[in-house]
Amino acid sequence: MIMKRRWQRLAQAGLAAGALSLSALANAADTIKVGILHSLSGTMAISESTLKDTVLMLVEEQNKKGGLLGKKLEPVVVDPASNWPLFAEKARELISKEKVDVIFGCWTSVSRKSVLPVVEELNGLLFYPVQYEGEESSKNVFYTGAAPNQQAIPAVDYLIDELGAERFVLAGTDYVYPRTTNKILEAYLKSKGVADEDIMINYTPFGHSDWQSIVSRIKEFGSQGKKTAVVSTINGDANVPFYKELGNQGIDAADIPVVAFSVGEQELSGVDTGPLVGHLAAWNYFQSVYTDENNSFIKQWHDYIGDSKRVTNDPMEATYIGFNMWAKAVEKAKSTDTDKVADAMIGITTANLTGGTAVMNKNHHLSKPVLIGEIQDDGQFAVVWQTDGLVAGDAWSDFLPGSKDLIADWTKPINCGNYNSKTKTCGGQAAQ
Amino acid sequence: MLRVFALALALLCLTSVAQAESPATEPTTTIEEVLQHLRSRSFDDKAAAIDALAHSGHPRADALLKALQDRRLLLDRANDRIVLGERADGGWRLHDPLSEADLGTVESRAAAPITINNRLRRQIENLQAAVGLNNPDAAQRRAAATSLIGTKDPDLLAALRERRAREDNTSVAAAIDTTLNTAALYSEDSDLNTRLNAIEALSGSLEPTVRNALRSRLDSYAPSERKAVETALKRIDARTARYQTADTLFFGLSLGSVLLLAAIGLAITFGVMGVINMAHGELIMLGAYTTFVVQQVFPQGHEWSLLVAIPAAFLISGFVGVLIERFVIRYLYGRPLETLLATFGISLILQQAVRVIFSPLNRSVVTPEWMSGAWQINPVFSLTFNRLYIIAFALTVFLGLLLVLKKTRLGLQVRAVSQNRQTARGLGIRSDRINALTFGLGSGIAGVAGVALAQLTNVGPNLGQAYIIDSFMVVVFGGVGNLWGTLTAAFSLGIANKLLEPVSGAVLAKIFVLVFIILFIQRKPRGLFPQRGRAAEE
Repeated sequence: MIMKRRWQRLAQAGLAAGALSLSALANAADTIKVGILHSLSGTMAISESTLKDTVLMLVEEQNKKGGLLGKKLEPVVVDPASNWPLFAEKARELISKEKVDVIFGCWTSVSRKSVLPVVEELNGLLFYPVQYEGEESSKNVFYTGAAPNQQAIPAVDYLIDELGAERFVLAGTDYVYPRTTNKILEAYLKSKGVADEDIMINYTPFGHSDWQSIVSRIKEFGSQGKKTAVVSTINGDANVPFYKELGNQGIDAADIPVVAFSVGEQELSGVDTGPLVGHLAAWNYFQSVYTDENNSFIKQWHDYIGDSKRVTNDPMEATYIGFNMWAKAVEKAKSTDTDKVADAMIGITTANLTGGTAVMNKNHHLSKPVLIGEIQDDGQFAVVWQTDGLVAGDAWSDFLPGSKDLIADWTKPINCGNYNSKTKTCGGQAAQ
Repeated sequence: MLRVFALALALLCLTSVAQAESPATEPTTTIEEVLQHLRSRSFDDKAAAIDALAHSGHPRADALLKALQDRRLLLDRANDRIVLGERADGGWRLHDPLSEADLGTVESRAAAPITINNRLRRQIENLQAAVGLNNPDAAQRRAAATSLIGTKDPDLLAALRERRAREDNTSVAAAIDTTLNTAALYSEDSDLNTRLNAIEALSGSLEPTVRNALRSRLDSYAPSERKAVETALKRIDARTARYQTADTLFFGLSLGSVLLLAAIGLAITFGVMGVINMAHGELIMLGAYTTFVVQQVFPQGHEWSLLVAIPAAFLISGFVGVLIERFVIRYLYGRPLETLLATFGISLILQQAVRVIFSPLNRSVVTPEWMSGAWQINPVFSLTFNRLYIIAFALTVFLGLLLVLKKTRLGLQVRAVSQNRQTARGLGIRSDRINALTFGLGSGIAGVAGVALAQLTNVGPNLGQAYIIDSFMVVVFGGVGNLWGTLTAAFSLGIANKLLEPVSGAVLAKIFVLVFIILFIQRKPRGLFPQRGRAAEE
């Protein structure tokens, strides 16, 4: 049944794409083009293909409401195939050839870094929906995922304040996001008085599958009398064997809890979560949160995808927020011109799926609530803690020596992505 | 905070009322109010409610605590009440928490389990451990006593002492002694002799909690105690170190067995036939997906579905292998570069095909009960069952393959063709058919490896890529065309990797192993066990 529907959908998509390219020739000016730059093949397809469907769903819904500025929205899907240089090429294709008005895309930091010079050069507009390491703010990019202070720092606070953790294992995959996040966390932990020997840092290659000795070292590290917690920035596929090994070696969440920043509902859908109950994740969204907005979003998603078992996750909410903010900004600016929309974006608010409203700040990052959830046996998270109010995303971490004094402010008179508040100079990302 | 205190006070009154008067005087109102407190957003409130529930003496208290622990205690959102419930086709079937009367079904999001966190889970476990001390089953009693190591709670310690006096099972008694001795180390008012005796009794224990308790006594004011603690710690550390070496060796063996499984099919197709098959990893992946499909077909048979999956995976991957040989590789014998490119293309096609059919998301393969968990030999040394089974499985597959090659007619023909195709054909062997069968055999074994790997890692479209390089490394290192070489290479690389990993970290360990193999191949291009004879000279 699912198979059949999938083929139907493929056929529809093919027909639609054909029809779209025809109609695009006929009346290019009558639609607003929305570029979707997410990998549909290769390693990252597992995470990114869901976001493509999310944007398509949101576009369809917006069109049902009559589109924007009296025009229909027209999605343009390209496949950068988990290939970082191809992301830049496809972004160029979307902006120069397809003339899209906005791009929703990228997942990994390296793909964003690859697209960044292209959108800046061609003055495009990119909405980036994934939690990331910060240390960046571009005039042409809006970051709707969490910055480290909206995910990592509150999670560590929770470990220290609520669970009484005194010893920390920072385990991550060996690339830019975990390395930067762990640097920030290490500085933060030390500022909280955690000693050097109570921090263990461990990096593993992408797709690492043999976790026996690392898990056994964590077990040993955690058996020294002080309450130990693991902060995991392990990415993608490596999580499944990691959690399986934790379960097999009998590491109980009550003894050594693991808090993860890259594990959400989708990643858990490939795992038997029975042995993982009680391990934690920090996000801005969980599917289990019970609000009217979330309930109707989940229903809409299930209807759209035709499978009531598909989960929703944090980057989907970030895409949802980004899309709605962009739509509001276009209506406010009465134009899809990049500069006008970018100006209109600042201060725009939209409803979070978890309740309350998200605000787009001057540094192109969001203010939103931070939630900590415990893994349950059904693959969902139960919220055990959340921030009282909104947390403003901080583009430049206060805990790294290089970025302590930097701020990003894309309003007059500063108009700069890395403005040094001490020397009052802009580091070079100023708008022309 | 004030609220918590007020609540605790209220609950205390309630429980004392419940205890003072007989439970007959409307205990239901009491317990219902306690249940209402479980709805609080504050975990402190919930903790107080759990304590009150445990001490209420209500006949349903234990069952309700168990339900809370198992996430079967729900908040019925429509009626705003606490109920029991279990999953029933996409929704919940609800029951009254006290009478267990059926309250009908609701859809999934209309009810939600009462959230508990790790602290509350531990609290419930401790409450149950106290009960478990009097369990008729000795193993349960020992587990309860062991789980209480490190506790300082006077109530629990009194319960332990009371049980110790009546305990007739020696192993349970020993576990209780360990727990009591550890408590003696932590207690400030115990006298020196008691503590010295406790240290003496604990000096062989491998429990991490015991070691930490001993450490806390290192700054004792009494020199005799300090000395006793140092000796005890030294003994413990020496024993721990021995077990850690054993642990590392086991990790190495198990990594080796995974490498062996991944490489053994390649040892046939690449080693014996000389075909560089870049799609080997994808054949493993097909085996893993077969496991998933078999589990979908037999949703109730998780315990034995692996036994069906093994032959099924062999047949499916083998069949795909025969197809690849018949339609592609057959035309490319003797042209290694083109074979490499063609099979690489096939690997991409298979990956994308799986993405289209099964979606790019990982699929969840259930681990059977008998493969989960670990064989806990002592507190610092345990062997995980899935790894033990996979080591045994890898060796079985290896021996089976060896038998096929050495003892069967097919094996004889395969060896003949691989050594000298022309002569073999001259002797009447249909080398075409043998090629297809050999490739099918190698591919089928890759599929079987996939069944085992599905227990360890993701079942996703990228599964194969993760193993292809390792497989080639093992076959080349072991000596092309030599099965024993593959075995030796797999285990030595596995153990070397695990010995390096604690010293250098996982990333560097991988690099070191790779550099070592490159250097080794420079020195001995034919690997550990080169094939001898005329055929090898070609």
